[in-house]
Amino acid sequence: MFGYTMDEIGNIVVMQGFSGLSLFSVLLLMALGLAIIFGQMGVINMAHGEFMAVGAYTTVLMSKLAVKYDLVHTYFVFAIIAAFIFAFVIGYLIEFLMIRHLYHRPLDTLLATWGLSLVMQQIFRSTFGAKEVSAELPEWLLGSFQPTPDIDIPINGVFVMGLAIIVTASVYLYIYRSRGGLRIRATMQNRTMASAVGINTKKVDRMTFALGCGIAGVAGASFTTIASTGPTTGSLYIVDSFMVVVFGGATSLIGTIASAFSIAQAQSILQFFMSSSMGKVSTLLVIVMILMMRPEGLFASKLRK
Amino acid sequence: MKALSEKLLGGKQGAIALAILAMVLFVIFPLWLDSFRLSMLGKYVTYAFVSVSLVLLWGNGGILSLGQGIFFGLGGYCMAMFLKLEASDPVSTKIQTTPGIPDFMDWNQITALPWFWEPFKSLPLTLILILLIPTLLAFIIGFAMFKRRVGGVYFSIITQAIALILSILIVGQQGYTGGVNGITDLKTLLGWDIRTETAKYVLYYVNVCLLILSIMLARYIITSKFGMLLLAMRDKEERVRFSGYDVSDYKIFVFCVAAMISAIGGAMFTLQVGFMSPSFVGIVPSIEMVICAAVGGRMSLIGAVYGTLLVNFGKTMFSETYPELWLFLMGGLFIAVVMFFPDGLAGVYDKYSKNFKLGELLAKFNKNTVKRIGDML
Repeated sequence: MFGYTMDEIGNIVVMQGFSGLSLFSVLLLMALGLAIIFGQMGVINMAHGEFMAVGAYTTVLMSKLAVKYDLVHTYFVFAIIAAFIFAFVIGYLIEFLMIRHLYHRPLDTLLATWGLSLVMQQIFRSTFGAKEVSAELPEWLLGSFQPTPDIDIPINGVFVMGLAIIVTASVYLYIYRSRGGLRIRATMQNRTMASAVGINTKKVDRMTFALGCGIAGVAGASFTTIASTGPTTGSLYIVDSFMVVVFGGATSLIGTIASAFSIAQAQSILQFFMSSSMGKVSTLLVIVMILMMRPEGLFASKLRK
Repeated sequence: MKALSEKLLGGKQGAIALAILAMVLFVIFPLWLDSFRLSMLGKYVTYAFVSVSLVLLWGNGGILSLGQGIFFGLGGYCMAMFLKLEASDPVSTKIQTTPGIPDFMDWNQITALPWFWEPFKSLPLTLILILLIPTLLAFIIGFAMFKRRVGGVYFSIITQAIALILSILIVGQQGYTGGVNGITDLKTLLGWDIRTETAKYVLYYVNVCLLILSIMLARYIITSKFGMLLLAMRDKEERVRFSGYDVSDYKIFVFCVAAMISAIGGAMFTLQVGFMSPSFVGIVPSIEMVICAAVGGRMSLIGAVYGTLLVNFGKTMFSETYPELWLFLMGGLFIAVVMFFPDGLAGVYDKYSKNFKLGELLAKFNKNTVKRIGDML
């Protein structure tokens, strides 16, 4: 097949599979935030990629500080937290200034947030320059380990995946096992009833939107370990993330994970055997076809309007 | 006959607005602008086709397609393929390893014309395909989605993904499509040089004529019973369905018409500008076209045309002098239009013209009151 022996194909699949896992982790983190915002409020946030870039730029700035004060070994953990907080705060403000006025017009939020993404991209470009920047990574994130001589697994990929798993688990715990999550789910299911029993639904909306943005910030922080960041980095991932959310079924956490996994793996493995662009085209094409046959996505039973 | 003309022109007010637009495009701009700027204006007029299609589809039908660039691009590429084949006749391409095929194919070691280029050797077939391919694609997309009642934001996201797919495909398949540079060096249309100044003027006028015809077609649809149903579907889809109409058929039809109008714009773009590239197909141009329609007014066919011209003029002016400021302005403009003026320029105009009439009414009322008070005294 393709001029490789079975053994080589096995190794290629394992290695591309692992590089797919890095993509999977970033997509999963992006899609988690989107799915929360979309599932909760029906808001399509086109600026989500730019919130990811906020996280990434925060990490880059933190790494510059860390180099200055010789803290390269430990700063990354704080960078992740800072990325979350920054993106969270900006998301909170955006919800307050913009999104809350548009809840009754979902198509218009899509357009307004696109405008926002243009503005944010230009802010990045004016502040950090048009060139891509990358964070100074601590030593323990570099290098790779080799279970067999032919297989090479980069450590940063493993780290990013670990981070994605931790964040996903925390989101799960928060939404399904805490009071705050209970309020979110109550508002999502029946806004009027929720507010009748004393939940401040407007506050819940604001916190949910900010939380989704914060998770995008974490996605940005983890993104810096596998690639460098430019002003348009976020926009490269936005369509993929939307496809993950729609493909998985917007309100299902499991669906989001499964679809992020399949999309990332398909892209990564196909890109090895075809050209990079054809790999992406065929993945997206298959998703669009599946969505045409099963518009409600993989894991949702509710019919979509 | 009278009814038909009324439908095409949209009553007295519509006819006046259309006449003013025709006047501006036919007389004022050509007199005012030099040929370079006029040819630029011609480019914007081709974008206006897409805005008109969006008014029909989005303003009236409530279907937000973020993939109008697909149809614009397909129309443009069909035209470009014909012109490219004409430009690469065996005589002028004799230095290539395989004469008679487009130069980019030769650079990519392709030795025979791919099968899907064959139909574009004849102009009538090309013209048919310009209309047919985008409409057919729109039909397939629309049929698959609307029959399954996919609508709203899902439709927008999926059309956006299709726009992405198409643009990656065109960029990736350099040998068949010209890649990221697109199809360039287009010279003649049936021996008529499209690069001369006269040709640019002629093309500009053809362009404006077609645009006005498209506006009349869209207006005919909007003012007919079909247009009423579109509005009803936008506002209360379920009710229309319960009244016994098959909502999806109407949506598919309007999506196809919108695709066809956009494709005409794309084909005219290729003729006017002399090339076609994937940068007019993907996500960003598709959304920019929505911005233009939104700024002009998503409910107003004429307003959308003005909006398109204005936004694109602004874009050219600003990106020439302050490239940094432009994205701020564009983003800010978009946020502002969506949040504060959902009906765009046309909405603002309507509001003020209505206020004016309200003023007349008030004056009349005051006169009456004064008279009555006078009587009472």
